[in-house]
Parts: sequence; C-alpha cells; structure tokens
Amino acid sequence: MVILAALALALLLVGRYTTWLEPVRSKLDLLSMPFYWVTNIPHRLSEWIDTDWVARQELEKENKLLRNQIRVQESRLQQMASLVAENLRLRQLMNSSEIVQDRVLVAELIGVSPDPLVHKVIVNKGSNDGIYVGQPLLDAFGLMGQVVSVTPYTSQVLLITDNSHAIPVQVTRNNVRTVAEGVGDLYQLRLRYVSSTMDIKEGDILVSSGLGGRFPVGYPVAQIESITYDPGEPFATVIARPAAQLDRSRHVLLVFSEQSDFMVR
Amino acid sequence: MRALIVISFLLAFVLMVVPVSFQWRWCRPEFVVLLVIYWAMFTPQHFGLGAAWLVGLFQDLLELAPLGLNAMAMMLVAYISHLVYQRIRNYVFWHQALWVFVLIGIFGLFSSWLSSFMGQQVGTPVFLVAALLSSLFWPFLVILMSRLQVYFRLLQ
Repeated sequence: MVILAALALALLLVGRYTTWLEPVRSKLDLLSMPFYWVTNIPHRLSEWIDTDWVARQELEKENKLLRNQIRVQESRLQQMASLVAENLRLRQLMNSSEIVQDRVLVAELIGVSPDPLVHKVIVNKGSNDGIYVGQPLLDAFGLMGQVVSVTPYTSQVLLITDNSHAIPVQVTRNNVRTVAEGVGDLYQLRLRYVSSTMDIKEGDILVSSGLGGRFPVGYPVAQIESITYDPGEPFATVIARPAAQLDRSRHVLLVFSEQSDFMVR
Repeated sequence: MRALIVISFLLAFVLMVVPVSFQWRWCRPEFVVLLVIYWAMFTPQHFGLGAAWLVGLFQDLLELAPLGLNAMAMMLVAYISHLVYQRIRNYVFWHQALWVFVLIGIFGLFSSWLSSFMGQQVGTPVFLVAALLSSLFWPFLVILMSRLQVYFRLLQ
C-alpha cells in the first residue's frame, strides 16, 4: 500500500514539475483510444444509415439546396477575390509580409474528456496525418482550441474554455489587444487586464491576434457579452462568449499555419 | 473469475467514455470505482490493491488526467473496502449503498484534492451527485454479478 501510494505520488510529482512523462504518455494513450473508438460506433452507424439509406426525393431536395448555397457562396467569393487582391496590393505598398493562405485538414470529434473539470476533446486525426502539438483547431464559426498531445491516429485538443488556457486576442473594431482566458465554463471566456479606460464595448468581436505565435491571425474567438466596472478592482470584469460551437460542432478543421509550423521546428 | 473481472472492467471503461454533452458530464456515475469497490469487497482474494492501482492508472489514461491521480484515489478506496468488507457484505442493499455512496464520495474528494494540487481549479463539490447516482446502481450491480457467478459456476 505504502509503495503503491508512493509510486502514484511520484508519478504525479514528476508529471507536475517535469515533462519526462510526455513521450511515455503519448505511447500509453494508444491503449485508451480503442475505447473512444468503440463508443463512437453508434454515431458512425447512424451517419452511415443517414448517408446510404436516403430516399431519392430527399437527396434531390438536398442537392438543390446545396446547389443554391454554392451559388450564393460563389458570388460572395468573387467579391472576396477582388478584396484579397486589393489587400495584397495595399500590403505590398506598406512593405509588410503577405498573409499566406492557411492549409486545413477536416477532422471529426470522437470523444470528450470524461472528467468534468477538464475541457478536452479527442479528434480522429493524429501524427500520421501530420498533426503536431500546438496546432490550432477551428469549427465553422471560430477558434476551438489547440492540440496538446498526439498519438499516431488521434489527438487531444485543449479547448479555449479550459481554465488552464489563455489566448491573445484583439478587438476587430479598434485592434485593442488583450488576453482571453477560459474559466471552465463552456459559454464564457474572461478577458484579463482590461483597465477601466480601455475602449471596449458589449458586442465587440474578438479575433486571434497572432501574438505568441501559436494561433494564426484573424480567426474569430468570441464576442463580448458583459462588462462590469467595479471601482474597488484594478481591472474591469469582461465576459465574452466563444464564437465556436464548442458543445455542438462535430466536424472540425485543423489548421496548418506556416508560422506556428516554424515555431515548433 | 479473472476473466469476469477483466471483462467487467472493460465494459465499465467503455461506459466511462460514452460521449455525453459537456454540460452533463458531472452526472456520469463512476462505474469503474463502483466495480473496484464490488470486487474488493466480494472477492478480496482476487482483487488486491495492486489491481486497483492499475485500474486507476488506466482510468487516468482514459480521462486524459495526470498519471497517478485516479490510481492513488482508486487504491485508497480499495484499501478501505478491504478493511471493512466483512461487515458490509452482511448489510442489506440500501445500507450497503449508503456505504458505497460514502466510499465514492471519498474517491471524488480525494481525486479533486489531487487535481487541485496538479493545478486544476476545482469548484463546487459536484462529485457528490455522481457518487449518489453510482450508489443507486449498487444493488443492481450486486444482483447481476452474483447471478453471473452462479451461472458460470464460479467460486466466491
């Protein structure tokens, strides 16, 4: 009993203060992944039934809907292309570097950490697909989190709402920079060090600022929900709501950005 | 008997990772701890502290928790079960369930202590809800397991 307790404590201490356990951990995680795979079977089955056993009429309807959607998106994209070209020209005028288009990989969520204190999810792409630690994860609405551990077939992603996570952001309206940190609530981020004189309003959109070199610039992160000024506190309490649908999105995107790729190497 | 123990734990591990929505994760009964208590009380000769420790370590892997956290808490629960099994085995079901509630509460308390030591912010003691729900499963678990052991003609 004493030996085992000491062993467990030693493991905890080593894990807390050093990084020695990390390679062992990513090997051992391979053992636990089959369980996530098994629990994911019903979903895959229902998805398979949904895609393979559909009436012709419904398919036609869906097809029509998608065609319309594509038409709308394409018209928007045309506008976008001219904007991108203009932006590039202006940037060249200002002698700043070009923004490189980020490459993305579509992945699927296969599990959620069972521990209610931890906001981590598991996605079905791993180091075999080129995923690396520190890689940002998006859904269709905004930034979700970053990869913290990879196995060959899966990877673990820490969400931006975990209370050990913080992300540098800026307000789109006036480029004020600040840091948004998770508080362990799926619908809340708190902004750090917002002085009462800072120009920030309810409804402001926060995007990633790219400072710190981990997240690429300009992905939507959150929207300011409430601002409370307490004269007794040095900083205002600012609560923002994450843009990404952290509890609903199943299909997610992993971004390969040149910048963070460089940082890791 | 060994096979039954292993299979029951494999099933419990699967139940632990069945995806539920983020908001309701704290209501998930602690299936694995329930089984550790069951095997430590009803067949202590087959299920020692080392086994409980290993089960805990695997739960750490599964829960993406720091290694050693559940191992420690699980071993503590098994140790207490070993101390008191002779009394508790003779109690009626609801009385046993009360004890199981206390034991799983101890497990939750201990693991949230350890995770706060590991730098995690721990809020309200929501683990009590999980402990209550798991203790409701206890009578069914005992009945199911004794039926299975009779069916497969395993010795107690």
